[in-house]
Amino acid sequence: MSDETVDLIWEATLETLRMVGVAMAITIPLGLLVGVLLLLTARGAPLQQPIVNRLLGLIVNVGRSVPFIILLVALIPFTRAVVGTTIGTTAAIVPLTVATIPFFARIVESSLREVPAGLVEAAQSAGASDRQVVTKVLVPEALPSLVAGATITTIGVLGYSAMAGAVGGGGLGDVAIRYGYQRYETDVTIATVVVLVVLVQLIQLVGDVLSRRLSHT
Amino acid sequence: MPTDSPDIALRTTALRKVFRRGSTDVVALDGVDLAVARGQVFGVLGTSGAGKSTLIRCLNGLERPTTGAVEVDGVDITALSRSALRAQRRRIGMVFQQFNLLNSRSALQNVALPLEIVGISRKQRRERALKLLDLVGLSDHADAHPAQLSGGQKQRVGIARALAAEPTVLLSDEATSALDEQTAGSVLDLLSDLNRRLGLTIVLVTHQLAVVKRMCDAAVLLREGRVVDGGTLADAAARPASPLGRLLLPALPDGGEHGAEVLDLVFVGEQARRVMARDDADDPLRARGVAVELLAAAYEPVGGEPVARLRVALRGPVEQRAADRAALTAAGAHPHEPETELELETA
Repeated sequence: MSDETVDLIWEATLETLRMVGVAMAITIPLGLLVGVLLLLTARGAPLQQPIVNRLLGLIVNVGRSVPFIILLVALIPFTRAVVGTTIGTTAAIVPLTVATIPFFARIVESSLREVPAGLVEAAQSAGASDRQVVTKVLVPEALPSLVAGATITTIGVLGYSAMAGAVGGGGLGDVAIRYGYQRYETDVTIATVVVLVVLVQLIQLVGDVLSRRLSHT
Repeated sequence: MPTDSPDIALRTTALRKVFRRGSTDVVALDGVDLAVARGQVFGVLGTSGAGKSTLIRCLNGLERPTTGAVEVDGVDITALSRSALRAQRRRIGMVFQQFNLLNSRSALQNVALPLEIVGISRKQRRERALKLLDLVGLSDHADAHPAQLSGGQKQRVGIARALAAEPTVLLSDEATSALDEQTAGSVLDLLSDLNRRLGLTIVLVTHQLAVVKRMCDAAVLLREGRVVDGGTLADAAARPASPLGRLLLPALPDGGEHGAEVLDLVFVGEQARRVMARDDADDPLRARGVAVELLAAAYEPVGGEPVARLRVALRGPVEQRAADRAALTAAGAHPHEPETELELETA
């Protein structure tokens, strides 16, 4: 492989990492918020708001059911309004985030639901408010599981980010399509795949170690 | 009766809770009256489905009763706003069957949780939590996480946590049911100790008769959401025919002689001590000159008072029997026909 190709792959890798990193940095807090709301507004939950809950659930489900490649195109006007451009890695971050928040929110919701009801009751009988139940019981107790969920989500975003290449989003997917597919440079295709495999392994490893560290059971 | 009478720590009045299940109403609590005196160990005895869990949730304000009042320290918690209720919940410390400790926190941090909720400074939280861990005998496990503790140790942490906010009443929801017998015993000893040393009022909700016998000054028997019997244990034991009395009496060995008239006798307190010391001139049986043959006997403390239960055959002439019975009643022996032993389930 020429030095040029190596540079190309290296640049693309950095772009991919930037897309994934920024998308996750936005997704984690917003997904947490939506996940907590999904849990707390459910029937029988402290904030019980059936209409809000159903509406939120509907939005989340629609977000998850639209194929990413279609979302990518459909969101072009929105992307332009938010970041002022529709090509490049910055533009790709918008649809990536929009697609990932609902996914992560569902993971957050199910992780928090796993926390035994007795722990919530213990905090409530000590006088905890709903906010304290979330910040002192639900999130800390679910943290190992939330980290595992964030790991899965990050790997999912990595896959989506490759698709962003299809609309000029930059990154490894972009390189693979333009060089590997359109110019028949098979070595570039192989190189991008290898880099992606290595990235997935690394993300999973970091996630597993972190999750295990946080778990005291 | 004045509702703020100072010696009552916890009182419920005509407590009723109805749940709607589909189109039918399920009555979980049907007019429950409790009065727990300050410093008392009070038992709520009942099988699963008797309404114990609903009662607990009403007592600590996690459930609003349909009608009726729950007073803690004279404050009716059913009339409070949400935030006032949260503050009032701290007046009742809860100990749970499954401990309900946070796995993400050390023992010390678990004990500090109620203080954290109230907003006490980190330094004070730490000091107080350490003191409480010391009180329950776990000061050397402060930094251990629940996963590293045994069941008994977890429950001790749970008790320390329940005491952190200095509650009026400690409410134990089957606190020893998940523990082996020996560990359960040591946890109960700890509770007795706290009751004595701190004057702590304790409400023990349990399906275990042995726990009530060992621990409680007074108890109620809850069945299908209703209090079917209640009172101090010594009183209940002296009413051998009452539902609670029948449960509390020491079990007699099976068998016994048939043919003669067989009676069960129950002695409570000093009388029990005397009757068991058979050579004592004060033996209430001998003093009355009733000719009985002892078939079986059991003796154990119930609610801190010794209780003796005797199964005897009357040996006097038939025409003497009525007089014998009267003499036994006068001797405080509570004579009654032997009944089959009761299980809590069928009581």
